Amino acid sequence: MDNIPSPLTEMLEELDALDRVERSQYLLELSDEFSEVPESIATRPFPENRRVPKCESEAFVWAQDQDDGTLKFHYAVENPLGISARAMGVILDETLSGQPVDQVASVPPDIVHRIFGRQLSMGKGEGLAAMVEFSTYEARRRLQTRRIS
Amino acid sequence: MSDINSRGYANADALVSTDWVAKHANDDGVRIVESNEDPLLYPSGHIPGAVEIDWAADLNDPLRRDYLDRDGFASLMSSKGISNDTTVVLYGDRSNWWACYALWIFQLFGHTNAKIMDGGRLKWEAEGRELTREAPDVASASYNAPERDDSVVRAFRDDVMAHIDISGQMIDVRSPEEYRGERLHMPDYPNEGALRGGHIPGAANVPWASAANEDGTFKDASALRGIYEGNAGLDSDDDVIVYCRIGERSSHTWFVLTNLLGYGNVKNYDGSWTEWGNSVGLPIEK
Repeated sequence: MDNIPSPLTEMLEELDALDRVERSQYLLELSDEFSEVPESIATRPFPENRRVPKCESEAFVWAQDQDDGTLKFHYAVENPLGISARAMGVILDETLSGQPVDQVASVPPDIVHRIFGRQLSMGKGEGLAAMVEFSTYEARRRLQTRRIS
Repeated sequence: MSDINSRGYANADALVSTDWVAKHANDDGVRIVESNEDPLLYPSGHIPGAVEIDWAADLNDPLRRDYLDRDGFASLMSSKGISNDTTVVLYGDRSNWWACYALWIFQLFGHTNAKIMDGGRLKWEAEGRELTREAPDVASASYNAPERDDSVVRAFRDDVMAHIDISGQMIDVRSPEEYRGERLHMPDYPNEGALRGGHIPGAANVPWASAANEDGTFKDASALRGIYEGNAGLDSDDDVIVYCRIGERSSHTWFVLTNLLGYGNVKNYDGSWTEWGNSVGLPIEK
């Protein structure tokens, strides 16, 4: 966890300090801030190759290349009950967008348990972890392409 | 879906409708309890007056793989404003799967005056009924819990072994792929760490969701009998053990067999596949 983007480190430390109720409230506030992928990036029906596997909240991920070489992440969550997935999308956008791609690529999927806490079921945890994995995969893919070219 | 009383259930009182909850949620002696898989669902909006019970944080022992003890249950009930004679109505996401899990744990402490809101959260929301983020103002109640009694509705590994020896009826409520040992976890769910795939010898496979309609309500008794008796060969006089991976999905089936079809002796093996599929030397079928 040494080489992950600093905004993510700060958010994880902030979450560590919260009790269960405070954490839920904080995550819910983040979920309320969710802003869906803009139409300039994607419109419905969203392409299947953007769908997060294993995610029952029907989440989709896009990584937009920026001029400075970083990525801007966008998310859609089609399941209206996907409150946690929307919070996860906001967290990933806020903490990974615009950050060094090698650091984004290093983010481990198990941060979901540090974010959502111990009460997360295995099923829910796996879906959220898949959102992280999909996002970091985009960063790894960029790194690989840049090494080749 | 038809009126609950017209569906032929053995114990129709175990269910209440969304209409009933809308009328009685704030009655004295009634406590509405939401229990979900997603920990953010309740704070995102819940039935006015409803309290939350979290399947992991509230009902499970934080250290041992077991449920809370007598003191823990009494303390939980007290904090939720539930006394011994309170009518508890549970609802939640995933067709009430987690609500049934909570209700089953209530049975371990003899709190039989517990019901499920048919259709759960999905139906309540689909009907455009009120949800609030306002935390209910709940006064703590006095609750005298008995010692947890695991002998009536809970099965342990040795009980299952003995059940195999007498060719007792068992229902594996996991997906067909898990049952056949082709995968070690439910579709789209994680690998929960079982080292072997398959099912307990003699168990029939009836995925838990077979008992639910698309809108989250329970199927009527005739349809349920077709599934569990016509297809799986159960009889209401049978001693039955149900299981899944940790006993949560099978709580839904336990509720169906016990309350909706009136089976007198159904036990939930909560050790389930995470215990059986990892234990040395236990027999497995594929």
